[in-house]
Amino acid sequence: MSRERATNELWVPTGVGAVLDQYIGVLFTFVIGAVVVGVMVSASALLGGRRRTSVKDEVFECGNPSSGPARGRFSVQFYLVAILFIVFDVEVVFLYPWAIVFRELGVPGLVAMGMFLTILTIGLLYEWKRGTLVWE
Amino acid sequence: MKDLVLSLIAEGGALAGVPFSLAAPLVMVAFGALVVFGFVLPIAGITSWLERRVWARIQSRIGPNRVGPQGFLQWLADGLKNLLKEDIIPSAADKWLFSLAPYLVVVGFIATFAAVPFTSSLIIADLNIGILYITAVTGIVVVGVLMAGWSSNNKWSLLGGIRSAAQIVSYEIPAGLSVFPIVLLTGTLSMQGIIRAQGWAPWDWFFFYNPFTFAAFFVFFVAALAEGNRTPFDIPEAESELVAGFCTEYSGMRYLLFFLEEWGNLYVIGAIVTTLFLGGWQVPAFTDNPMLLAVAQFGTFFLKAYFFVFVAMWVRATLPRVRVDQLMTVCWKYMVPIAIVNMLGTAAWMLFVPETLGRLVQFGMTGLGAVVVVVFFRRVRFHLRRANLKPSDYYYSPII
Repeated sequence: MSRERATNELWVPTGVGAVLDQYIGVLFTFVIGAVVVGVMVSASALLGGRRRTSVKDEVFECGNPSSGPARGRFSVQFYLVAILFIVFDVEVVFLYPWAIVFRELGVPGLVAMGMFLTILTIGLLYEWKRGTLVWE
Repeated sequence: MKDLVLSLIAEGGALAGVPFSLAAPLVMVAFGALVVFGFVLPIAGITSWLERRVWARIQSRIGPNRVGPQGFLQWLADGLKNLLKEDIIPSAADKWLFSLAPYLVVVGFIATFAAVPFTSSLIIADLNIGILYITAVTGIVVVGVLMAGWSSNNKWSLLGGIRSAAQIVSYEIPAGLSVFPIVLLTGTLSMQGIIRAQGWAPWDWFFFYNPFTFAAFFVFFVAALAEGNRTPFDIPEAESELVAGFCTEYSGMRYLLFFLEEWGNLYVIGAIVTTLFLGGWQVPAFTDNPMLLAVAQFGTFFLKAYFFVFVAMWVRATLPRVRVDQLMTVCWKYMVPIAIVNMLGTAAWMLFVPETLGRLVQFGMTGLGAVVVVVFFRRVRFHLRRANLKPSDYYYSPII
């Protein structure tokens, strides 16, 4: 059973934008999510008291007076991770169409993707050797 | 969903006479509202109560047991309390981004439920790109967290936000790659399509399909926990070092919303894992009654998904937090290569392993899984009885 190719049925069968009809539900969940937050936050603003003092509005640093700018510099490692992420995420996006039609592609498909992934893995190994993945 | 709409607009149905093109979106929107208010918000709250009870049990404490039977209404009391708290926006904060961040976090989480299946017919939108859609909208949460960290104008918040962004984007790679063995096997991205390609029996689940999908399950689950900022990967909000991480400056309801996302997200993780690897709502066709079948499917899916919520609680009560360098090492040096091997391995398996051998492997792996479960429960029984034994009887035999 699991070896048969699953059929992907769209449940709105006819009419213009049969696929787009699906996205009414998606759009609706986005809207309802925003409404939930809006109602909760505004109810809290109405019901919760509001007594502002200068101490309450300060930056919380465990009781110490705040020192120095809050948005200072941070480790370059974070940038390297971001670059690495972009490379691999684009790779993942490329893999989706390949994975869906893999049964039709057969062995040539595996060879082609194997070559692509080999090049990518060489890149990862290079970063590994250069010590990019070592976090200090 | 289509069958449901057709039965509603048929003669004698609740929406008799309404054209299909109008009834379909109407039913979809009504069902969406029911899911969000009747399922998503309660499940996040109840999980927060159950999690505290489970930790307490594991750590020999009692946990919240005052509000309602067994403390069951604790989550409502917590919500009410936070509703009545003052909502503070620090004067140095970027007010717009500060108030926008909870919206992004909660919308990104609730939107995933649009593609989470409940039964074979109940799903808000059975998108043909279901699993890709879920991966995409969970990405909105990262933006919200980073926004919260940046806009608070607080050192702890900024550190928490940046750590969180680095962690979530890193673990998105192994999680995304672990989906591919399943996509290769089914040739579809639709959640319902993936479930339909499996069967009710454990040997028809993709979990036991071959050694590669078996490994992919663990890679995916660990990566999903890390993406959800769960212990042992909760360095973005590490209480002992960063106060509360990216939500240090938040108070009252806004603070609660971040935790609503965290607890609700556990169910999303469970639902995705169940869909991809554990046969989803598949039940044996034991009855012709569609209503009864739907209830059985819903129960099956819910129990499987909630089991993984329980596992996440269990992990959180058991394991200590990892360090940042360990976190990145585990991701890039272990999980990403393993995930790539899983993907290519499954592709090669599909091409080169004959059907009968594949079938045998499925049965063999299911048997192995059953053995592991039996050994586990024997171990539990041993520890439960150990309290009443003499020290000379402590020996645990793995065979008998």
